[in-house]
Parts: sequence; C-alpha cells; structure tokens
Amino acid sequence: MSVVTRSPLQEFGANLRAAPRRIVNTAFRSGRPTTDRSRSSFVFGNVFLHLHSVRTHRWSLRWTTTAGLGIATLAAFLITLVTGILLMFYYKPYPDAAYDSMKDIHFIVPTGRFVRNIHRWAANLMVVAVILHMARAFYTAAYRHPREFNWLVGMALLVTTLGLSFTGYLLPWDQLAYWAITIGANIAQSPREITDALDLTSWFDPGGLQKLLLLGSDTVGEEALIRFYLLHVMLLPLVAVMLMSVHFWRVRKDGGLAKPHDVDRRLGPFPADTYPVFTEAPTKTYHLAAIVQGRTAAVGQGPENTVPSMPHLFYAELGVLMLTLFVCTALALAFDAPLKEVANPLVPENPAKAPWYFLGLQELVAFSAFMGGIGIPTIVLVGLGLIPFLDREEAGTGEWFGGPGGWPLVRSSLVIGFTSAIIVESLAIRFGWLREWFPDIPQLVITAINPGTVLTLVYGWYSVWLVKRYGSSRAGALGLFTCFLCGFVVLTTIGTYFRGPNWEFFWSPADWPVH
Amino acid sequence: MSTTSGPNASRLDPEPIPRRDVLGMLSLWSMASALLFALVGTLRLPRAAVLPSPSKRFRASIPGTLAAGEPFVPPGRSVALFRDTDGIYAISTICPHLGCIVKPTSHGFECPCHGSAFAPDGRVTKGPSPRALSWLSVSTRGDTVIVDEETTVPAGTKVVA
Repeated sequence: MSVVTRSPLQEFGANLRAAPRRIVNTAFRSGRPTTDRSRSSFVFGNVFLHLHSVRTHRWSLRWTTTAGLGIATLAAFLITLVTGILLMFYYKPYPDAAYDSMKDIHFIVPTGRFVRNIHRWAANLMVVAVILHMARAFYTAAYRHPREFNWLVGMALLVTTLGLSFTGYLLPWDQLAYWAITIGANIAQSPREITDALDLTSWFDPGGLQKLLLLGSDTVGEEALIRFYLLHVMLLPLVAVMLMSVHFWRVRKDGGLAKPHDVDRRLGPFPADTYPVFTEAPTKTYHLAAIVQGRTAAVGQGPENTVPSMPHLFYAELGVLMLTLFVCTALALAFDAPLKEVANPLVPENPAKAPWYFLGLQELVAFSAFMGGIGIPTIVLVGLGLIPFLDREEAGTGEWFGGPGGWPLVRSSLVIGFTSAIIVESLAIRFGWLREWFPDIPQLVITAINPGTVLTLVYGWYSVWLVKRYGSSRAGALGLFTCFLCGFVVLTTIGTYFRGPNWEFFWSPADWPVH
Repeated sequence: MSTTSGPNASRLDPEPIPRRDVLGMLSLWSMASALLFALVGTLRLPRAAVLPSPSKRFRASIPGTLAAGEPFVPPGRSVALFRDTDGIYAISTICPHLGCIVKPTSHGFECPCHGSAFAPDGRVTKGPSPRALSWLSVSTRGDTVIVDEETTVPAGTKVVA
C-alpha cells in the first residue's frame, strides 16, 4: 500500500490552488448542471429557481404562448427595484428638500439623470406589460379552473403596480406631482358627492376618511409626502414581492401554463435537433406525484413533451430580461423623465394631468368624480375578478381567442367597443353633458350618469346579448373584455392628446391658448 | 387522538373533546384575539389627533381701491375677498370637485383642472363640480378682516365694514 504523503505545506498549497474551483462548485449543491439529473437538482436545490418546475412543457416555451409578457413585467419590476434603491441614496422625502434633491439627481449626481430615466421608463413599461399580460391570460382563457385564484392574485398585482406608480408620482414634488396627487386624493374623497347629496356627511364620511388616511392632513403636504414615500419604497414593494411569489408558485402548482387539450397533437413529435429529453436514465420516477393531491405538473401527461427548465426556460427568461433592460435603457437615453417647476399649492398646473394610465379615468372624472374615479373602476375590477367564476367552460383553453365566437367575435367587439366609446365621447365633447342640458338637474343624477356609465351599460348589454346568442359565458366575457380595452384606449388617448387647459378639447397642443 | 374517559364511558356517549385540542384551540384563539386587538389599536395610528396643516384663520386688509365685484386674493391664500355696497364677503377658491384652485374671472370663477365654471356668487354654471363654491365666515376688526376658512356661511352673507 503506497500512500503518497505530502507535507502539510504542500497540502495547504494544493488546497489554496483548488480553492477558486471549489468555491464555484459549492455554489451548486449537486455539481454543475450538465446532465438531466443534475439540471433537475439545480432547479429544486435553489431557493429562487425552485419557483419553476424542473421540466417545462414545450408548449410553454413557444413565443406565441405568452410573448414573455409576465417575465417582462417581472424584469421591469426588478429594474425599478435596482434603480429605485440607487435613487434613494440622494432623494430626501421632505417638501423643502425633495425638489432640490431631484434637481441634484438630475444635474449633479453622476449617472443620476440616467438612473432616474431608467426608473421612470421601467415603471411605465411595467404598467404596459402588466396590462398586456392580463390581456394575454384572458384571451387564452388561462384563468379557468384550476387557475381562478391565480387570476385574482394577478389582479391584486395589477392594483399594486398602479399603486406603486401613483405613489412614485408625488415624490419629485413638482407641479405635475403636486396637482396629480391633489386630484387623486380628492377622488378618494369623492364618496362625499353621494353622502353630501343624501345629507349624511356629518356622521358618515368614508370619503373624507380615505383622503385623510392617504394624506395624513387635509392638503398635500409633508405628511402626504412621507406617506407616499413609505408606500412607494417599502410597503407596496413588499406587497408586490409577496404577491409575485404566490403568483409564480401557483403557476407551477396549478399545472404550468394553460395548454389546449390536444397539445401533444399540435406540437407533433420532437424535432430531430432538439436537446435530448433524457441524457441518462432517471433514478427517480414521478412516484412523488402520487401523494400530492390535485393537479401537478406531470399528472396525466407524462414527461414526454417536456424539456429541462435548465437551460431551456431559464435562457428564454434571461432573454426577455435582457430585452426589457435594453428597451428601458434605450428609452432612458432618448427621453428624459419630466421635471416641472417646484410644487405651488396656490396655482394649479393647467392642464393638470395624472400619469397616462390614469388619464382615461381623469377623462371620466371630468364629468363626475365619484362615478368616474371610484364607481366605474370598482365595477370593472369586480367584473374582472368574477370572470373565472362565471366562465366554467372548457372549450378553447390555452388557445388565443379560444372559446365560442373566437377571433371573429373579438373583431366585431373591437369595432363595437371603439365606435361606441368614440360616439359617446364625441357627443359629450360636442354637445356638453347633463348640466349644460338641464341646469337644475339634481346632483345625484349628475354623479351617477357619467359618459362612463353610459358606456358601461352599452358594453354590459352587448355582452349579455352575446351570452344569449352563443349560449356561452365565455363569449360574453370575450366581448366585454374587448370592449373595456377599447374604452380604456379611447378614453386614455383623448385624455392624453386631446385635452388642454381647463380640460377643453383641442385637436392639437399647438392650438392651446397662450396663458 | 380519540380518547375514552373513565371506566363508565359507553359508545353512545358523545366523544369528549380531547384535552390537547382544547389547549390548541385556546392558544389559537388567544393569539387571534391578541392580534385583532393590536390591529384595531394600530388602526388609529394613521389619523393624528391634530392635523398638521397651517392655521385656517387669517387676517387680511382689503385695498381701499378695490372696486365692487372685483376679487382680492390675499397672498398665499385660496380665498377671494370682495367688497360691494352691501359689505364684505369671502368665497373659497378651492374647487369642490377635485380640489384645484379656481381662477376669478370677469364673469365668475373657472377651474383649470376639469372645466367647472361658477357664477360670481359661486353657483355652478358648467362642469363636474358637485356643489357651489363655499362662502366663508368673515368678521371685521378695525381696518382689517378676519377670514375663517373652516367655517362656511350661507351664500349671500355679507359683513358691513
């Protein structure tokens, strides 16, 4: 028995030389992910990656299944997280200092303007991506059983995303910020329109309480700024991270992405050049699934049409992340985030416009605050939340515009949605609204009957008609969702491009009066 | 978890609740009630007993040259003061719609945010405002007037200087 004995010093030297390699290797609990087995343990041995399942269905990896919108939303969130932390180095959440610190970030801090621009663009992109992602989930009927709860989590994430954007809007403490938040806080107070009309406000004032809780005072001031800052950098990001974790976990637990029932036939056999499904015989089969109740990733379909998540899914996700980062950076280089004059509580910005995704609501609010700002958004959110519980059908799951009616129905709904929104708005712009026609009309009627109310009724009636015509709730939902998207687009466009000083209609900002 | 208590227990007796379950329920409910109590207490926190806003009562002196029906806005305030033959009155320039500051014009007030318009006495003539502009309590002290932004008075109330 010949043992090569090394001196302690030699041993030490060898260990030192091997240290870098060993440090890298210890990061992988089960060695480098080179075989299917080590790839699997690479996923479930990692606290972050185990939100994914170990193997991913080929259907989920097709570009047309998701367009990567969910991951793009996450990527935008991560970008705002990183840039937001960087901005916190210099930002001071106090009215006297906030605006000056924004100027510092813009003009003095090296890369400060760039980082702020990226933050702003990533936030905007996140709103766009989250809306498109919701539309994708809706149009592919991915909300259906067993994914109803995840649809609700997704809606909570939509609200959180809008909340993050809205709270961030105040922080620059410029005219744009101050007046947008003043309007927002007064929308929160608008249930007073009802309680005032019924003469209840002195002892029942939910509107006043909402505004007070939001601002911590009766006007936008230092209390409001600290509250919005706290919500923006701490509370809402925490909520968002928690909800996202649940959201991703449920995607996995609910059986991955929604797939058509005949998915195997649609995909056909593996292409010849595909990465091999098994590079070594699995030592463990799926017997674990037997003790897990309900649907799991592999139940009923076997691993035949799946590929290892590492690398197939992760590289695709990384690609979407890089693309999102690229778009944000490119936009940040090309366009500066706006910064107006310092906030002046005595002179409103004219026109005072909220962030673009709220301009549709602001357009409605310009007719009556409660219905436009609280009533209709609540109706829309409740309606969206009910979709998976009303549509219990199975036809068309996992297919774009799946279900009775399909794309032709969506196409005609687009026409109806756009024309009715444009007609109602044109009437209101051209001929005025109730107060101009009947000056003595009771306030409750003005509060309740908003162009938005009329649109909601038209859309609702149309969708009930669709349910009857096709004998399917899915058909009604397809029509209603499409119509509301159209309404959102029309109202937002008018609010953004065609409203000027005093919220009057102008074909172009060039026609705005000089003031 | 099932227990039989005592030698006389029959199969027909209802099964007693196991002691461990009682203790478990007790700890669960005591925790839940403690959390609820703490939550209810904490809910009072976001609403301070005294609001940190500037004083709503202020003193102003109206320029002697002010014509009847012409607005005078004291610096830093969102109130328009008027003087005519009947006396002095103050109208709040905070729009009842969504809190923007309305601008006094030759024919009343206009809101820059959503296009509400008001008559010279504050009545709504156009737009989404749910009610008229508030008339505020005014009192005179020597040459100056004291306006209380927190106290509204019926429209048309004027104070003789």
